Amino acid sequence: MNNNLYNYILGIADNSLILGQRLGELCGHGPSLETDIACTNISLDLFGQVRSYFQYAAQIANDGRSEDTIAMLRTERQYVNVLLVEQPNVDFAYTITRQFLFDVYHYKFLVQLQKSNDATLAAIAKKSIKEVSYHLRFSSDWIKRLGDGTEDSHNRIQNAVNDLWAYTDELFHQTPADKTMIAEGIGVDTLKFKDNYFKEATEVLIEATLVVPDLEYFQKGGKEGVHTEHLGYLLAEMQYMQRTYPNMKW
Amino acid sequence: MSEAQIKSLEEEFEARIARNEKIEPKDWMPEKYRKTHIRQMSQHAHSEIVGMLPEGNWITRAPSLRRKVALLAKVQDEAGHGLYLYSATETLGVSRDELFEQLHTGKAKYSSIFNYPTVTWADMGAIGWLVDGAAIINQVPLCGASYGPYARAMVRVCKEESFHQRQGYELILTLAKGTPEQKEMAQDALNRFWWPALMMFGPRDDDSPNTEQSMKWKLKRKTNDELRQQFIDQTVPQAELIGLTIPDPDLKWNEDKGGYDSGKINWDEFWQVVKGHGPCNKKRMNTRVAAWENGQWVRDAAIAHREKQEQRKMNKTA
Repeated sequence: MNNNLYNYILGIADNSLILGQRLGELCGHGPSLETDIACTNISLDLFGQVRSYFQYAAQIANDGRSEDTIAMLRTERQYVNVLLVEQPNVDFAYTITRQFLFDVYHYKFLVQLQKSNDATLAAIAKKSIKEVSYHLRFSSDWIKRLGDGTEDSHNRIQNAVNDLWAYTDELFHQTPADKTMIAEGIGVDTLKFKDNYFKEATEVLIEATLVVPDLEYFQKGGKEGVHTEHLGYLLAEMQYMQRTYPNMKW
Repeated sequence: MSEAQIKSLEEEFEARIARNEKIEPKDWMPEKYRKTHIRQMSQHAHSEIVGMLPEGNWITRAPSLRRKVALLAKVQDEAGHGLYLYSATETLGVSRDELFEQLHTGKAKYSSIFNYPTVTWADMGAIGWLVDGAAIINQVPLCGASYGPYARAMVRVCKEESFHQRQGYELILTLAKGTPEQKEMAQDALNRFWWPALMMFGPRDDDSPNTEQSMKWKLKRKTNDELRQQFIDQTVPQAELIGLTIPDPDLKWNEDKGGYDSGKINWDEFWQVVKGHGPCNKKRMNTRVAAWENGQWVRDAAIAHREKQEQRKMNKTA
């Protein structure tokens, strides 16, 4: 099997998996029916993408693995999502900021992935980009709304930005699998849009009257499977059924 | 308006309903008609919103990605139903905020079934199969309700509910045909949800004082007991087909009436839950109230932002 391609797909899909799971926690608890529906919808889109990626990964592995065993039967160190997406739903400001900082990246990533030499990945990207352009519009609008809204909402969203900004740099780290796939024209060279990412994210934050953090140190580790303490709990919940009742059909 | 005038309006109103005409928001209607509709429609909307919680309880733990996606979509549909049922209720001159207030203070009711806990994954199947199944039987007749916005909302709700019901049955079927552990899980869920599902049709006809008026307004087309019987007759063969046992030792086919005779419902339990003392009444309400209160600053921000936007627009044009 092509290990680099397999690992590359996990690198993309784990972000959607973990973020989708986080958003799923909020279903029924949103600040309004409309935002509740929107967050569930984003979660739904992300899981839909995850299924396409993992079905493809299972096909590449071709050893009895399935989308579900890939999604739910790895150990914590084997998940390679970025730290940003596993951060908890502290409040709606954190949820929106996490979403926004990921969406700006995700959209730019998918624009490029559409041009991948790998036809399956290009097709998944093409299908997903419509969904993600909606996610980006939703999260950007809420960043502006909360930044501009009341003093309380402004402070809350600023706090969330201050806390989560440290996780943005990792979006652009490249693993050996990433580098190989980029060289083969399959993967996306994320460094090419890194400047643009920060430029666009900054523009939205400024429009939202927020201060862009000026950080010297950033967090990293997720892409190497070294996560924050939050991930273990998320996985315990997500994996519960597969672990408790192994080898069953649901 | 004189009493004679009101009486003539009322007569014309009743005649329109008898002719199967739809009543629309701007039409004249008796105050009691308006109030009864607000009560029933908002109760229905609240049930959708509170109903998101027992199923939402399993989203993060769904056993497969396919099931997780289906469950998310289902709970999202329920939020959607809530949204348009609240909107339909608003056409009667009450705001969504007022309706939430009634829910949060316990003034308004919602379906008692959601005060039971979802303790295993099989409960997701039992809810789809039994609870949505019972809901459809309750709701299909409402597609012909006299109040236009409600009738139209119900057409859409029923289509989606019927999809959910099939999905729930398929989930239970998968478990029933699975390993012994899975089958046991399915049977246990049926055991726990069967009786509460029967209670969804409300008290016995003898104890249901509003039925007559509601039938006249087509807000109800069949009595509680008729609907309950229809549900039993429809569901028993479905359980048999997949090898599950209905937890009612008195259940027996009655050739003469062409339906099943069934055991006695525990009405003490029914009233206990209706009166707010079911296993999850407090938890459900605390969760809804917490979501509402924690979201206050978000809703305030959205309003403040909109007002500022409008102000800026006005300043520009001035």
